[in-house]
Amino acid sequence: MLIDALIAGFLVLGGFFGFVGSLGLVKLPDPMTRLHAPTKSTTLGVGGVLVASMLFFAFKEGHVSAHELLITMFLFVTAPVSAHFLAKANLHRGYPTRLPRPEGSQWAHRSPGTDTSAEVLADPEPEPEQPLTPPEGHGH
Amino acid sequence: MMRKIFPHPQLSLLLGAVWLLLVNQVSLGSLLMALILACAIPLLTAPYWPERPRLRNLPMMISYLGVVAWDIVVANFVVARIVLFLPNARLRTEWVAVPLRLQQPEAITVLAATITLTPGTVSADLSADSRTLLVHCLHAPDPAEVVRQIQTRYEARLLEIFS
Repeated sequence: MLIDALIAGFLVLGGFFGFVGSLGLVKLPDPMTRLHAPTKSTTLGVGGVLVASMLFFAFKEGHVSAHELLITMFLFVTAPVSAHFLAKANLHRGYPTRLPRPEGSQWAHRSPGTDTSAEVLADPEPEPEQPLTPPEGHGH
Repeated sequence: MMRKIFPHPQLSLLLGAVWLLLVNQVSLGSLLMALILACAIPLLTAPYWPERPRLRNLPMMISYLGVVAWDIVVANFVVARIVLFLPNARLRTEWVAVPLRLQQPEAITVLAATITLTPGTVSADLSADSRTLLVHCLHAPDPAEVVRQIQTRYEARLLEIFS
């Protein structure tokens, strides 16, 4: 009974954060802020469901399931990489208007020498004088 | 001799354990397959491991995992409140530059991944000299505090782990 309640609690927690993550995708105003929403669904959203699954198999089915640990590990390894790709894509599209300058250097996406895409290496595009305006948000 | 078969013992151990967890049973066949994978994959990927960072401080690693897990849970609730209740007009998104003391690429990767996994911050880019990390904050009324948190909570621990 107590275990049932605990499993249900974790499922609801997971569902709640999955919902908040999706809502964030709709509600937040621009590409960079929308990037923050999925980091929630992949941590506590999936985490809640996985903990519930482990409890279920441990107490209801009577055997320990370790697949959940693997799912957590794979998520934690892959989620930052895809988020980083999306952030880089936004930076290359000239999305941010103002960035803080790193001391004594330049950000990698603004330095042709460190960019490995073939076009950039062949023909380094000069910095645009006027940064592109960010895409209009459609918040409410 | 052992070095030749297992150029990267921790990786071999991890691969073997992951395989056993994937098949979810311990039998002679799966153990043999785990051994084959633990031998073959490090050998095949050895060219991509130019250096091998030393990880010695096991208690610090455990403490780091604990701190990160706790921060993820706390930050989830903070960001959930922002998404649900804070109007977009009052959202103070901010780009911050975090000066790094870490130098090994592996350590910087771990720090950047940690920053992205804790909701509310995403690491977006590294400076060309890899001494500064560009971080995007969803809602940061006090950007200096974010930098201080990253440096004291994560970077200081990583400096002790990767030393």
